[in-house]
Amino acid sequence: MQSGAVVRTVNLVKIYQTGGLPVPAVRGVDLEVADGEFVAIMGPSGSGKSTLIHMIGGLDTRTSGEIWLDGQRADTLSESGWAVLRREKVGFVFQFFNLVATMTVADNVELPALLGGASARQARERREYLLGELGLTERAEAAPAQLSGGEQQRVALARALANQPRLLLADEPTGNLDSRNGRDVLRLLRDIHEKGQTIIVVTHDAKVAGMADRVVMLLDGQIVDDGRSVRRTSSKRPGGAGDVIELRG
Amino acid sequence: MRLHLLALLAKEPAHGYELKQALELTFGSAYPSPNIGQIYVTLGRLEKDGLIRAVDVEQSNRPNKKVYYLTAAGREALDAWVDEPTEGPRVRDEFFMKLILAPLTGIADRMTLINRQRRHYLGLMRDLTDLTEATDPANRPAMLLIEGAMLHLQADLDWLERCQEDLTP
Ligand SMILES: Nc1ncnc2c1ncn2[C@@H]1O[C@H](COP(=O)(O)OP(=O)(O)OP(=O)(O)O)[C@@H](O)[C@H]1O
Ligand SMILES: [Mg+2]
Repeated sequence: MQSGAVVRTVNLVKIYQTGGLPVPAVRGVDLEVADGEFVAIMGPSGSGKSTLIHMIGGLDTRTSGEIWLDGQRADTLSESGWAVLRREKVGFVFQFFNLVATMTVADNVELPALLGGASARQARERREYLLGELGLTERAEAAPAQLSGGEQQRVALARALANQPRLLLADEPTGNLDSRNGRDVLRLLRDIHEKGQTIIVVTHDAKVAGMADRVVMLLDGQIVDDGRSVRRTSSKRPGGAGDVIELRG
Repeated sequence: MRLHLLALLAKEPAHGYELKQALELTFGSAYPSPNIGQIYVTLGRLEKDGLIRAVDVEQSNRPNKKVYYLTAAGREALDAWVDEPTEGPRVRDEFFMKLILAPLTGIADRMTLINRQRRHYLGLMRDLTDLTEATDPANRPAMLLIEGAMLHLQADLDWLERCQEDLTP
């Protein structure tokens, strides 16, 4: 086992059994994500993206293969073992938010930090920082049901980061956002990445994927591409970026 | 660029360098800075076509400069441009032609072509994101231009994904 990897999967397989008919959702994925790396997973609907990161986050069991988190074999853990590992190491943003409906936005975000052992003051400060970054300070005392889909999405991201997890897993974190709110999320992802956060994000959003160090393309439960995007103008004089617009015209 | 220059001249007469500056000011870094030589060539053609006319303005200790203004025919051409619907972005895509034609000749694998193209588009998207950050948000035309480019690029990527899905039986 390589020590630098935060995540490693070996020949990971998931076959759902629906009414006797097996549905192979993930078919032999080998994925390694290094400390501090930002990886985007792309692919068509139904290609297994959510299934893959649910397994990595311990939210769904694997059919076969191995999952290693931060040097520890995880797929063989008991449910409670996973729960502890997850609380300590993983922040998860679901494709469909999953906020606690009966708690305020502020409490939703503070809860994971408190469960993770932070003091009330630390949890509050972290919450204030995250909600501020995501333009949600005004909504702190609201209930999730009073928020728009986009606002709930951002709260879910703040909650996932409350605990300063070793690994952030996010399923379509800009999926319900217009371009301005999407930009807040994008900036926060970039900022935490610059501070060393390891991130795996499932996304159709090319702005998010373009920001990543690496893009993994899934097709039919298998990886068909894994590599860096190609920068064009980074080394050019300023004004070169204008060419991009002309190209798109 | 012909009609862009006509539109600027409809506002007020100007000389070549002022037109260059006006374009830069309006679109910021989101638009390739026009080269002054190209502007003069275009102005020359517009003049030849009777859409603009030039007057020499004397300057105290420099050579005369030409100030251009719109003619009635120029005004008509501009009105016609504004009134007609504009063509949408191209549908026949150079990459798509490669994707369809290259495998016929056995010179390329389609999965490889698509993957390479995606990486290229994502690199462009990253450049556009950086450009957004570097552009003054108060420059609305520039911001809207960049956002439009991003939306087109997203559509191209979604289409690429459709092409890739089509490869799997
Ligand atoms: N709980 C489940 N039971 C049975 N089949 C499932 C279950 N969850 C997912 N699947 C199937 O597994 C495959 C992969 O689904 P998954 O949700 O991982 O796709 P995805 O790539 O996340 O798609 P999307 O982009 O639409 O979110 C699909 O064929 C789906 O129908
Ligand atoms: Mg999904």
